[in-house]
Amino acid sequence: MELWFTERHTPNVKFSIKVDHQLYSGNSEFQRIDVFDSKEFGRFLTLDGYMMLTEKDEFIYHEMITHVPMAVHPNPKNILVIGAGDGGVVRELTRYPSVESIDLVEIDELVVEVCKKYLPTTACRFDDPRVHVFYEDGVKFIRRCNDQYDVIIVDSTDPFGPGEGLFTKEFYGSCFKALRDDGIMVNQHESPFYDEDAAAMQRSHKRIVESFPISKVYQAHIPTYPSGHWLFGFASKKYHPTNDYNGTKWSMQGIKTRYYNPRLHTGAFALPCYVEELLRDVE
Amino acid sequence: MADLSQTNAPIYEALRKFRRMRVVPFDVPGHKRGRGNMELTEFLGEDCMNVDVNSMKPLDNLCHPVSVIKDAEELAAEAFGAANAFFMVGGTTSAVQSMIMYACKEGDKIIMPRNVHRSAINALILTGAVPVYVNPDVNRKLGIALGMSVAQVEQAILDNPDAKAIMVNNPTYYGICSDLKRITELAHAHGMLVLVDEAHGTHFYFGENFPVTAMAAGADCASVSMHKSGGSLTQSSFLLLGKNINADYMRQVINLTQTTSASYLLLSSLDISRKRLALGGREIFAQTVEMAEYARSEINDIGGYYAYSRELVNGDSIFDFDVSKLSIYTLPIGLAGIEVYDLLRDEYDIQIEFGDIGNVLAYISVGDRKRDIERLISALSEIKRRFGKSGSDMLTQEYISPVVAETPRKAFYAQKRSLPLEETAGLVCSEFVMCYPPGIPILAPGELITDEIIEYIKYAKEKGCQMTGTEDINIERLNVLDY
Repeated sequence: MELWFTERHTPNVKFSIKVDHQLYSGNSEFQRIDVFDSKEFGRFLTLDGYMMLTEKDEFIYHEMITHVPMAVHPNPKNILVIGAGDGGVVRELTRYPSVESIDLVEIDELVVEVCKKYLPTTACRFDDPRVHVFYEDGVKFIRRCNDQYDVIIVDSTDPFGPGEGLFTKEFYGSCFKALRDDGIMVNQHESPFYDEDAAAMQRSHKRIVESFPISKVYQAHIPTYPSGHWLFGFASKKYHPTNDYNGTKWSMQGIKTRYYNPRLHTGAFALPCYVEELLRDVE
Repeated sequence: MADLSQTNAPIYEALRKFRRMRVVPFDVPGHKRGRGNMELTEFLGEDCMNVDVNSMKPLDNLCHPVSVIKDAEELAAEAFGAANAFFMVGGTTSAVQSMIMYACKEGDKIIMPRNVHRSAINALILTGAVPVYVNPDVNRKLGIALGMSVAQVEQAILDNPDAKAIMVNNPTYYGICSDLKRITELAHAHGMLVLVDEAHGTHFYFGENFPVTAMAAGADCASVSMHKSGGSLTQSSFLLLGKNINADYMRQVINLTQTTSASYLLLSSLDISRKRLALGGREIFAQTVEMAEYARSEINDIGGYYAYSRELVNGDSIFDFDVSKLSIYTLPIGLAGIEVYDLLRDEYDIQIEFGDIGNVLAYISVGDRKRDIERLISALSEIKRRFGKSGSDMLTQEYISPVVAETPRKAFYAQKRSLPLEETAGLVCSEFVMCYPPGIPILAPGELITDEIIEYIKYAKEKGCQMTGTEDINIERLNVLDY
């Protein structure tokens, strides 16, 4: 018997993982949630059939979306995380003793419950007293926030489905309003490789550029996402991601990582020519 | 129709049966189930092309229905509480025109509020009927035309005892209803027909706690845009008749201007939508109202904007309000409704129904998702933050009472000349000028042009309203009567 999970990366490209067995399948008000176990990638979570994370490569995504803004901001105390029901971003954030509060806004309560039960590698720090979880639409939550966060991390799914509101200009504008004068917003920024992903990436870059004075993009290699080449957006009111970055200061904190390091921080903002061109087209 | 119920959709069922028969077409349409036009078939889908067929025995004929269309019309009449119902494929425009052409011949008077849709005034051009306008009451703050007050309608009736009919909007574009029941009683007491434009009132027939429907109020005819809140395809509508209207004569009137090749896509969409509303309308519209109420309270929380509702009700010219409508007054944030309308589209990829000088209207329906409502609210909040200014220099929209110098028909067909807009004050206009949407004329054929109207047209153009109706596409010149 062979059981395979397959995701279409484009109408002409498929990506498959051999499944050992399925741990969970259920429908929430918003989406279908599945958790599988596999020999190659360990456990993995999919939403509406799209890969969210695997135990083998989630560290890349979660370290890169979290440590980059946390290392640039000189004194991040109040953090807002939108999406991220799997707990991976929260796990990374709780490693900073200087952080005072982490508000996590996830639209789907069932995702958090399922992850707590089946994905303890990521959903392991929800009980930290600094973490406050709100189950509501991020677009709605942030509308009422003013000048109160140092860092906002937008760990969205895709620009279609329940997460599509997190790729809109009204949302980015609301984030700008919710940040303090030196605040930073980082977001999952899709991939530049396949045409459809690239178009979504350009759309969201354009909207961020129009909303923030500093808007840069950095990259990481995530094997289980379409093409493996993934981008993050770095939008900021004051700090430049590399010019205002002090790698030594970050290293002094002694946070042990498997992917992120100060040299890679700077390097991640160096983009291939075709990506620079895609970005320039909408700036 | 003995063994049919609201769970049936006779036209839809006949089309499905017809498709299974795999009949070889040697009739029109010439695309022959799409095979003759593959690009179109790929675009619209094979299923769609397969039922784009001509009238034939198993599928009945809209011009003279005897089988499945007749059954479907009877089911629709039952669902709407009407004596008869007609499937209309020329939009609600054709339903409005048919009821006016039924009621009025050349020279007959018809009492109507001036804020009718252009289709009603077009019908006056076609028939030669003479309008007696009742100026709608106006809310000075919001700058919107309301319903007709009963006293004004009564006065119009007493002044024009020879009028053949009264026309009523139920509701207006903004969701405002007149006291339809009392107006109907008054009109009937004076031997006049009551024609109701319910283009924006389909849901009144199926939801709970909505304003009274034309058929329940005892009115004689109602034109209902099933394609607005009812979910059918664009251009499909119902014409409903009360018990005192001769349905066979009405069919002849409809056939004067109706196509003889009615689209089965439109007909089946009406049939399926009627079934859906009859079976599930109560729930569908409860959800719609819930979303509209939620959006209203969130938008009012932003501050500046005023999303209005039942609190406007005054027992007369706002006898009732349709709470499924999300109308928002924008002037306090220093932006004209049309500017907010444009910003929503250009900056936030959100298309709403219309914006006028002081208001925007977002159309809420069962097709909306909670997360899209959140986007709309957030975008309005962002527009206020990014573009809002003091609202002191804004022109409030005024309803301008028209001076009717000629009947619309006379003015439309008269000898005319074209003049620059600025030079037309004091002359009689021979064409329409309106913002579309909402399509309610600022000037109609036969009305006197005043300085006030010229200023209004210029302001609306400057703010970016989409103006239509004139021969000159840029609305720099107007056609006036050449006496």
